[in-house]
Amino acid sequence: MPEAGAWPAVGCSCVRSKMVEEESVRVVHCGGSELNFRRAVFSADSKYVFCVSGDFVKVYSTATEECVHILQGHRDLVSGIQLNPSNHLQLYSCSFDGTIKLWDYLDGILIKTFLVGHKLHALFTLTRAEDSVFVTINKEEPDVFQLVLVKLPKSPSQEIEAKELSFVLDYINQSPKCIAFGREGEYVAAVRDFYLSVYFFKKKTISRYSLSSSKNKKHAKNNFTCVACHPKEDCIASGHMDGKIRLWRNFDDDRKYTYTCLHWHHDMVMDLAFSVTGASLLSGGRECVLVEWRDSVEKNKEFLPRLGATIEHISVSPAGDLLCTSHSDNKIMVIHRNLDTSAVIQGLVKDRSILTGLMIDPRTKALVLNGKPGHLQFYSLQSDKQLYNLDIVQQEYINDSGLIQIELTKAAFGSFGNWLATVEQREEKESELELQMKLWKYNKKIQGFVLNTKISMPHDDHITALCFCNAERSETPTLVTAGKDGHFKVWILTDDSDIYKKAVGWTCDFVGSYHKYQATDCCFSEDGSLLAVSFEEIVTIWDSETWELKCTFCQRAGKIRHLCFGRLTCSKYLLGATENGILCCWNLLSCALEWSAKLNVRVMEPDPHSENVVAVSRSSGGSDLFVFKPSEPRPLYIQKNISREEVQWGVFVPRDVPDSFTSEAYQWLNRSQFYFLTKSQSLLTFSTKSPEEKLTPTSKQLLAEESLPTTPFYFILGKHRQQQDKKLNETLENELVQLPLTENIPAINELLHTPAHVLPSASFLCSMFINSLLLSAETKSAEEIPNDVNMEEEKESDDSDEENNFTEHVQTTNNADLEEDIVYQLSKSEEKELRKFRKVDYSWIAAL
Amino acid sequence: MGEFKVHRVRFFNYVPPGIRCVAYNNQSNRLAVSRTDGTVEIYNLSANYFQEKFFPGHESRATEALCWAEGQRLFSAGLNGEILEYDLQALNIKYAMDAFGGPIWSMIASPSGSQLLVGCEDGSVKLFQITPDKIQFERNFDPQKSRVLSLSWHPSGTHIAAGSIDYISVFDVKSGSAIHKMIVDRQYMGVSKRKCIVWGVAFLSDGTVISVDSAGKVQFWDSATGTLVKSHLIANADVQSIAVADQEDSFVVGTAEGTVFHFQLVSVTSNSTEKQWVRTKPFQHHTHDVRTVAHSPTALISGGTDTHLVIRPLMEKVEVKNYDAALRKITFPHRRLISCSRKRQLLLFQFAHHLELWRLGSTAATGKNGDILPLSKNADHLLHLKTKGPENIICSSISPCGSWIAYSTASRVFLYRLNYEHDNISLQRISKMPAFLRSALQILFSEDSTKLFVASNQGSLHIIRLLEGSFKHLHTFQPQSGTVEAMCLLAVSPDGNWLAASGTSAGVHVYNVKHLKLHCTVPAYNFPVTALAIAPNTNNLVIAHSDQQVFEYSIPDKQYTEWSRNVQKQGFHHLWLQRDTPITHISFHPKRPMHILLHDAYMFCIIDKSLPLPNDKTVLYNPLPPTNESDVFRRRTGHAFKISKIYKPLLFMDLLDEGTLVAVERPLDDIIAQLPPPIKKKKFGT
Repeated sequence: MPEAGAWPAVGCSCVRSKMVEEESVRVVHCGGSELNFRRAVFSADSKYVFCVSGDFVKVYSTATEECVHILQGHRDLVSGIQLNPSNHLQLYSCSFDGTIKLWDYLDGILIKTFLVGHKLHALFTLTRAEDSVFVTINKEEPDVFQLVLVKLPKSPSQEIEAKELSFVLDYINQSPKCIAFGREGEYVAAVRDFYLSVYFFKKKTISRYSLSSSKNKKHAKNNFTCVACHPKEDCIASGHMDGKIRLWRNFDDDRKYTYTCLHWHHDMVMDLAFSVTGASLLSGGRECVLVEWRDSVEKNKEFLPRLGATIEHISVSPAGDLLCTSHSDNKIMVIHRNLDTSAVIQGLVKDRSILTGLMIDPRTKALVLNGKPGHLQFYSLQSDKQLYNLDIVQQEYINDSGLIQIELTKAAFGSFGNWLATVEQREEKESELELQMKLWKYNKKIQGFVLNTKISMPHDDHITALCFCNAERSETPTLVTAGKDGHFKVWILTDDSDIYKKAVGWTCDFVGSYHKYQATDCCFSEDGSLLAVSFEEIVTIWDSETWELKCTFCQRAGKIRHLCFGRLTCSKYLLGATENGILCCWNLLSCALEWSAKLNVRVMEPDPHSENVVAVSRSSGGSDLFVFKPSEPRPLYIQKNISREEVQWGVFVPRDVPDSFTSEAYQWLNRSQFYFLTKSQSLLTFSTKSPEEKLTPTSKQLLAEESLPTTPFYFILGKHRQQQDKKLNETLENELVQLPLTENIPAINELLHTPAHVLPSASFLCSMFINSLLLSAETKSAEEIPNDVNMEEEKESDDSDEENNFTEHVQTTNNADLEEDIVYQLSKSEEKELRKFRKVDYSWIAAL
Repeated sequence: MGEFKVHRVRFFNYVPPGIRCVAYNNQSNRLAVSRTDGTVEIYNLSANYFQEKFFPGHESRATEALCWAEGQRLFSAGLNGEILEYDLQALNIKYAMDAFGGPIWSMIASPSGSQLLVGCEDGSVKLFQITPDKIQFERNFDPQKSRVLSLSWHPSGTHIAAGSIDYISVFDVKSGSAIHKMIVDRQYMGVSKRKCIVWGVAFLSDGTVISVDSAGKVQFWDSATGTLVKSHLIANADVQSIAVADQEDSFVVGTAEGTVFHFQLVSVTSNSTEKQWVRTKPFQHHTHDVRTVAHSPTALISGGTDTHLVIRPLMEKVEVKNYDAALRKITFPHRRLISCSRKRQLLLFQFAHHLELWRLGSTAATGKNGDILPLSKNADHLLHLKTKGPENIICSSISPCGSWIAYSTASRVFLYRLNYEHDNISLQRISKMPAFLRSALQILFSEDSTKLFVASNQGSLHIIRLLEGSFKHLHTFQPQSGTVEAMCLLAVSPDGNWLAASGTSAGVHVYNVKHLKLHCTVPAYNFPVTALAIAPNTNNLVIAHSDQQVFEYSIPDKQYTEWSRNVQKQGFHHLWLQRDTPITHISFHPKRPMHILLHDAYMFCIIDKSLPLPNDKTVLYNPLPPTNESDVFRRRTGHAFKISKIYKPLLFMDLLDEGTLVAVERPLDDIIAQLPPPIKKKKFGT
């Protein structure tokens, strides 16, 4: 039996050398960055909304919530974006890397880069000052920020140095919410701590107004938090820590200044914004309610409540028809002027600790983890966007500090995504534990999970592990829970007590225990025949048919934290990681320890598509990653220091199309990709390039399609392109039953696009219309056949779009330049089809 | 300072009547305040907000409107349908005139001051011409359907606005016809209320009419077109009053929730002439309805059911930020309502319509400084003396020996003889008061209780010798030729030889009672006198003025004493001058001739003339009596003013004997407890 050796020493040098050869694979951020870091900005026509997202600027369509472009080029966090006041099709952005960049956001092209040199914290533009922008910088001391005017020199070159700074205001707050430019840029208002300063550009004077900052209860929370200026009048609105909003007027006179108080918020006002006309003021805060103050009258206010999370920013579109709120749960809501929510752009929710770990929804291939309080979020890794939120707790979240909330602690998918089990708990005191397990069934009709069974107090103590038997041969879904109360319970799906025996529910089938030890983890073997449950230091193996104890392993190496069976050829091995840093591998055939190694395992994840197992260990310098096969005690791949922080969770995500890494060291990444989450909740992966880069072509294509007018010609053209796509990936299965989209049926198109005065009577058209909606091809008329074929093709290709857009886009990059030629060449063949359409048209007119 | 046994009296069940109207006179900087019982008080805003005059109330005369006209003439109107004019010199009512329109709800003087307009219950608006000594009915305007609750003149005097129930009418003064009728929305937060009462209107020179109503709205109307321009919903309850500044750049409204809102005319942008009305600051100084507001050039004045008169200065209008610019809250009258008989330890409390006589409790126990001694005998309520007729009591007094009580209403003076037989007490009214004794402003008994001094409202002083069960008129000091100013403060020397009397503005006159002639006149001072007293033995007259100055005047020498000159030379401590309530009572310690005892509503002070005066660097208020400090320290910090702030609000404090003080307190919480409950407001988090 091999001894427990220290792994890192083994293969380190060889891996290093290989990494030099194939340098391309590295740890990259993969989306999930903050969308709510700064105020979102609308385009002039309100079609797009821009928001900063890590090092990028994202352009979203307000109508479809789709990300249209990612503007990348900054090398540090983007800290401010503004439309170019002289050309509203261009966007300025500034970043901590000290540059200001000018973008053409429609095409996603970087036009110019201005090198300023200082770390830039905020950006402001003015219509009056066309060739210069205002930025916030900090010069010497860490907490002293200045507002400066940067002159942007005119030059044809791509990179221009902009060193001409003129100082405007000193000692301001870092946050851009604390600076606002007034009516036509006549003055700028800045707030910090307890005072408001107003700088008048024409007079070049500063007026300062301070509020009482005494410690007594009434004034203790007078701090300014944000400021906004009325667009038409001399009026400054300031938000305060105690929830008050003050409207300052007459502030050009140090003696006659006056203010009005508006008080509704009970907690700090997070942001303020005036509508474009200035007729109303919008405010938001921790209450998760958007308040609209009309005519700045205290009694005249409207509310948009239950927005789900603290409002961090509010912005208004220049056209005045839309407004948007950024929330602390990484969400941007686009709201109509009449306070109807029209779109929600949701990134990865990150404001809470992740207890469920990372999972992959077998159906959507989305990453599943804790989201909003009491919710499970389904996050698409490909499009960096939240697909949906599943409300598990189903209780209104009350935002109040000190309130102990129900927490979603465990979740697991079973039977290929047909079942979802969740565990929620609330622990007010040590002794008062409220536990609830919920089982959700996937409903094909509504394409979502429906609550099937609710079990209160499934265990008497915390549930430590939850696993489904995912074997293909198992006919009844089986779930095993392990609890600190020393039991593991087997739950199976049975007929419920319904007299029609139609309803199904989950009941407890078996309760197992081992010497009253706490059950720490459980795991099913790949074929589902064996169940391994660890009881502190002892691993027990149970037969899943009869639930009898087969054998036990005991290594006396500390409490077992992780347990997993090997897969495919290694299915005879069982791996266990203990709390005091030992990784053990048992052979189930010989019932003996195969090997063990000294490794402080934090995360252990098997790859579902190969024998590989990933273990992430914690060392002093950071986290190290090891890939190994259970059959061999030597790791396949080691990467030291994948992150400075502790890695908390990891998951393998199967690739749709296997990647082809030739290097031996990276072959473990061919079938699946490994994602992991660190303590500060950055989602990282191994890749040759960042996933955002891969995404760009998609969006370009989307945009191209969007810009096309929806004419009959467009449909033909679009159809053709979809045919092309279809040829490229024919191997796809078609699961979804979809109704044909009405716009795609030619008969209806004709109906809608023919002028009314040449149309025959409705009774004549009726049968044709009904026929066109039928799917069966039994009574097809001669001229309808080709249409129907097209329809089906469309349908299939639609599915392929959804299922596999990732590969598709990779492909399109390759022939992106060819695309136009193809379209041009094919237009002749399309003309023929057009002619055919024309014939159809006139045939029924002739019949009149 | 010495230690005293203090009777801490809290059974004076006094509740000031609520304030109904205030009227500010810009010319004299005086404020007239009328209360719900018909009392009218005049405050001199330039004399440290001192209440210098008052007119007693009358049960049937509930004042609804108060206004100044023709400069300094004061008129009031009430629900008995009469218009009254007040004589501000003689402090009586000049005449009452029935308007013949039922109860009067509103009255306003024309911008020129020569005409008076009243709005009556029957919907009539009547115009009166003010003649030099009377008012004369001129004509009626077009009658309205419902009572006219509020009126306002256009500053040019050509139009008036009248607020009734559910509508506002605009009248042309020349023709007397209504040219517009503007209907006020009854809706209140979506619910239709029964009626919408227009509590106040204000006509601005640009033709805007501002109305406040019972639905909580402040609305702006265009009087030329009769249309609503803008509406501010500011309260969940009635908005009851409005007052506009003379410059028309700000106005103030008071609501039934006790909040006062300030509106300001603010330019929309700094360089344009376009202006808009903006609600700026709310002030919550009241707990109950704010029935009335006034707008002086530098302050917002409000008063209401909670009996406080609040003067809130506008910081942006105040030139120098001194203590004058601080918020004032006036609750108690600036005159004495309590007199005490030292010999029998009796207190006489004066209420609007009755007097109460109490005997103080006593204790046998002794204790350390600061101890509360248990009572061996509780205080006794000896007498409850109700007045006859509807008039309020103006003044009252009990003789030092405790066997005489005198009080006066606006039309009669009453004198009673008290007989004590063991625990029984019998009261005997002395009838047949002389005909000239019609009404008294101040009554005072001499120290030996043999003489009664009465200051009548004609300016004359009467001396009456009291005999067992009867009296004899001794002498009348006629007022100085040419003046009709009423005397309202009296002081007599303990030996009975000197009588000092002071009016509302001019100096203090000192009379020799023995020789029945005017002895001298203390030089006139700019500020009214708030309290007077003559010291025993030395016959020094101590005078307190409303600007917190204290003078000592030697009657025999006819000049200010050396100490008083020193005080004037050095000046008082700035904190002493910043106190905002006047000194209402001065007394002396019989054994310590160097001490002067005086008090205002918030402090009690003993001035020790032997000690050095404090300068601005020394601590004026010494919170703890120096018990454990060394003598050196005491000498270093010791100064002439020994101030105690334990008892407040202090209505009366006097020395009963050498070691005993009596202090009458009236806690504000007890007053609020007796008021009707305020409008319930939802408080967040409760």
